[in-house]
Amino acid sequence: MRLLPNVILLLVLLALWESLHLAVGPSAMASPWATAARLASLLAQADTWRHIGATASAFAWSLLLACVGGVALGMLLGLNAMAGNVAEPILMNLYALPKVTLYPLVLLCFGLGLGSKVAFGVMHGLIPILLFTMNALRHLPPVYMRSARSLRLAPWQTAWHILLPAIAGEVLAGIRLGFALTLLGVLIGEMFASQKGLGYLAMTAMGAGDIATLLAIALLLTCFAVTGNALLLRVGRHLEHP
Amino acid sequence: MTKESVIRLCVVVGFIALVEGLCRTGVIGATVMTAPSQMASQLLRVLAAGTYNHDIAFSFINIVCAAVLAVVAGFGLGVVIHSLPRLRQALEPLLSSYYAVPTFIFYPVFIVLFGVGHGSIIAIAVLLAIVAMITATLSGLDRIPAVLRKTARVMRLSRARTALAIELPAALPHLFGGVKLAVAYAFIGVIASEFILSGAGMGYAIAYAYNQFDNANMYALMLLVLLSVTLVNGLLNHIDRRLQRRQQR
Repeated sequence: MRLLPNVILLLVLLALWESLHLAVGPSAMASPWATAARLASLLAQADTWRHIGATASAFAWSLLLACVGGVALGMLLGLNAMAGNVAEPILMNLYALPKVTLYPLVLLCFGLGLGSKVAFGVMHGLIPILLFTMNALRHLPPVYMRSARSLRLAPWQTAWHILLPAIAGEVLAGIRLGFALTLLGVLIGEMFASQKGLGYLAMTAMGAGDIATLLAIALLLTCFAVTGNALLLRVGRHLEHP
Repeated sequence: MTKESVIRLCVVVGFIALVEGLCRTGVIGATVMTAPSQMASQLLRVLAAGTYNHDIAFSFINIVCAAVLAVVAGFGLGVVIHSLPRLRQALEPLLSSYYAVPTFIFYPVFIVLFGVGHGSIIAIAVLLAIVAMITATLSGLDRIPAVLRKTARVMRLSRARTALAIELPAALPHLFGGVKLAVAYAFIGVIASEFILSGAGMGYAIAYAYNQFDNANMYALMLLVLLSVTLVNGLLNHIDRRLQRRQQR
């Protein structure tokens, strides 16, 4: 029964999709059933799995780099109040910047292929993780640092045994946002600078006006993103009420 | 000026000087990046000549329309959803995982629906920005202290008066956080859609210059986008700080 609202929401969304399909015609919007059938036929091709693999590896690298870099930099800036205050407006500004604008620069630095895809994903995902980590540390009750000092912990021990567990919930919220943005970054990267990956596949479908394939890819990505998000939410709830 | 903003200024100026130096000495080649001073002078030149005026106007009309639509509709929907707890409970999973969906992938659908032009670009930007506003409205309305509503009842204010004189001012700082995000997402949505597929706009002009290996104009336009985002952000932050201060008084 706990899942009932989700099921109703899903049914309403499907009904909206179907009615939009009926309103504008199959050339503008494939029906849910046609999209699912197209997705099934796409998944039966070995070629599709090559594209999925390319996107998955680029995404995994980006997310790893964004998480490690974001948490590490966020801790440094969160612990040093002055550095944090200096950096925050600059970071907020970078967050609001349409990063597509910097795309040519990334491409010229990293070339076509995995490097620029990963760089683009990290650019999107790192800043939210950093900001969440930094703000969590700023609002940390001082007793944590005092107990670390009274136990004479080394800096890395303080970070690993005291700070990280204390801010795990906020860091995870940041990673949840970073997860979504990294995926977006990798896909946009693939749209322009790649011969492989789901973004490239979507771009070719876009060029060919193949709406069914495009929606099938969107459906696949949405399922992946929503599942990842739900898992992270569940881990987050577990961290807050173990 | 506080000590922090002096240091921040030094960091930014130092960074620009570093890039300038690296470009001038040839460590960063001219094919990769033009020096910041050249970007600025080229930007002034194209602005004076009016080469990109049409694209700049196109983008800004899109951004303003998308931001206004997202803020107004997001606020309205937020109020409606807040007043219907059952609906809100059902929508909660959608709202919490909304940004995990790569919205840009639906851009071609909008192109088929609205054609290449203002319509589809504004639609995608609104789609990206509206949920931030809805979420901010919900949390703003949630955080109105119960005592304020009690005061309204004590004073026997009508429902409309309560909303205008008590609830709106109390929720305003949170709402403004949503406005800030909505504007940022409107910028991102508009420039990125123009970059992907469009016949006009700053995003399109950057993509076009990139395809022509026209680094001078490309970097001038990138600087223009960077400057406009910084300016708009700075303005919104300034208003935000004033609202927060009023709240603390």
